[in-house]
Amino acid sequence: MLDLVSDRGVTVEEPQPENSPLAVRGLTVSYGQKPAVFSVDMTVQLGALTAIIGPNGAGKSTLLKAALGIVKPLSGHVTVFGQALEDQRARIAYVPQRASVDWDFPTRVIDVVLMGLSRQLGLLGRIRARHMARAMDCLNRVGMRDFSDRQIGQLSGGQQQRVFLARALAQDADLYLLDEPFAGVDAATEKAIIGVLKSLKQAGKTVVVVHHDLATVTDYFDNVFLINTRKVAEGPVAQAFNAETLQATYGGRLATAQIDQISRALG
Amino acid sequence: MLWDALTLQLGYNATLVAVGATLLGVSAGVTGTFLFLRKRALVSDAISHATLPGVCLAFMVLVAFGGDGRNLIGLLIGSALSAWVGLLCMTWLTRHTRLAEDAAIGAVLSVFFGFGIVLLTVIQTLGVGRQAGLEGFLLGSTAGMLWADALIIAIGGAATLALVMIIRRPMMLVAFDPEYAAAQGVAVHRIDLAMMGLVMAVTVVGLKIVGLILIVALLIIPPVAARFWSERSDRVVLLAGLVGGMAGYLGAAISASAPNLPTGPIIVLVSFGFFAVSILLAPVRGVLAAVLRHLRFQRRVHIRQGLLAMAQDQTIYEPLTLRLLRRAGLLRADGVPTDAGRARAAKALRDEKRWEIVRADQTHEATAALYDGLRDIETVLTQDQIDEIDRQIGGPQEVRP
Repeated sequence: MLDLVSDRGVTVEEPQPENSPLAVRGLTVSYGQKPAVFSVDMTVQLGALTAIIGPNGAGKSTLLKAALGIVKPLSGHVTVFGQALEDQRARIAYVPQRASVDWDFPTRVIDVVLMGLSRQLGLLGRIRARHMARAMDCLNRVGMRDFSDRQIGQLSGGQQQRVFLARALAQDADLYLLDEPFAGVDAATEKAIIGVLKSLKQAGKTVVVVHHDLATVTDYFDNVFLINTRKVAEGPVAQAFNAETLQATYGGRLATAQIDQISRALG
Repeated sequence: MLWDALTLQLGYNATLVAVGATLLGVSAGVTGTFLFLRKRALVSDAISHATLPGVCLAFMVLVAFGGDGRNLIGLLIGSALSAWVGLLCMTWLTRHTRLAEDAAIGAVLSVFFGFGIVLLTVIQTLGVGRQAGLEGFLLGSTAGMLWADALIIAIGGAATLALVMIIRRPMMLVAFDPEYAAAQGVAVHRIDLAMMGLVMAVTVVGLKIVGLILIVALLIIPPVAARFWSERSDRVVLLAGLVGGMAGYLGAAISASAPNLPTGPIIVLVSFGFFAVSILLAPVRGVLAAVLRHLRFQRRVHIRQGLLAMAQDQTIYEPLTLRLLRRAGLLRADGVPTDAGRARAAKALRDEKRWEIVRADQTHEATAALYDGLRDIETVLTQDQIDEIDRQIGGPQEVRP
């Protein structure tokens, strides 16, 4: 089952970095003297839904941010669709954690979605009817059309998350990177978001999600990437997501009962 | 006298000052908004204090080379250079040491200002030529303002505004969501530096009129006042420009209307006036509106609670509830519900049921978000929708009298 065993965790199936939407090699990021991510390799599979999974403080978000150049890595190399990150920016859409912005900022829902078009608009381009139509269409896809004129502070947490997703959709990217989109959202929002992500996959897009809910991994995702500062395992859910790899990722922090439950769910 | 000043009829100097102050106010208000929304308003204080050593050094250089120590352009260039050095020091401290930004601001502000004061004292004791009233740059001095000075302020202010217009989008994106901006390929650090560079330009341009100690007020107060009136960033920017411009104009006029009223401080006080009016009277975010909203909310909660209690035949003890129900004609003085009260109570109970259905239904999400336990359901749904919900609930249930 395990074809390739590297010294830094288990990799199922041969990686093909040159075709990968996001390939990370030897990435190390550190805040101060303690590495948050240590020498990690990741090869995201084209057209798949991939979950990045690991305990709190395992470097999941940091991995994503370093891959995007938001935080500066200590070492390592990132390619996007086989090319340098800077040349491929237009093909990447990022959904940051909801808590990373101030929701009392004076702006409306529609204005946030229009931010997704800022590369297209340039510095001085006017916002035209087609831009508005595109933004409204993206709001519609996440079920937030009726909210376009609301001040963002009036939204519930789940609605805020969906507005962030709509902003990413407006970019019409090929690679979507989402940081904890399901954290603290209501069930309706979770359903709406996973619906959108699956439709993106159907349209041939690649989606990477930092995820924390182990119970939904098998339902939502094709591939997993398990990390705890170092890479633990990577590959299709059916092979890389099991009691053994989870134990290695979470150590003693995950209750055995939980692992048993997941193992049973996996059959 | 004040009327003459407001209509620019108090002579040449007063007119120059009024026009200059207005332009300065507009550019300070507009530029300051980006700084305020980026939550770095106090950076402007460090920048402005860091201008002083530059002013003094420029004076010394000008005099040493036999020039006129009062040459405004020379002094402004000097102030800009030292403010830029101060800005770089602050950015470096924040980025490369463990110092937080507030500490870096404090360090840069005090050291540069202290150094500037030392230089100022040295210049005064040297007695080189006319000292040109360098201390006038501390609080502004408009008495001897020349046509050329006004022109410099006008051009500087206009150039700053034009640059703000060009990079307003990335600045706003960085202010709202720097991580997303970085992921989009925006050079966040460079945009921040550009923003602070623009603030520096406003500061330098404003040295002559409001001085380096008070310019921070003109950069911060107009955006803060404007924020009370709008929930849209583009409008906050425009309103802040308007408030700043009016404060500049009115302040200059007031100070011209009486002898010995300092222009800069008066401008700052006028802009505070706008702030005070805003914080009190603004329709949604103002203090008065908040108090009224709370009282109205409290009244509605009590009436609704009372109605639900009536519908379920519970006794009401809360005196405020009883008083409000009686005043609304829903309860008789002896505590028995009136006919109107009974009808409203039955409807309140039914509305609770209807809301329950609305909130459980995904297609009504926008409506469900409006639920506050108080709102009459017919204000958010059409009669057809309500009928549909009623069909789901079943026929009207009798409320026991």
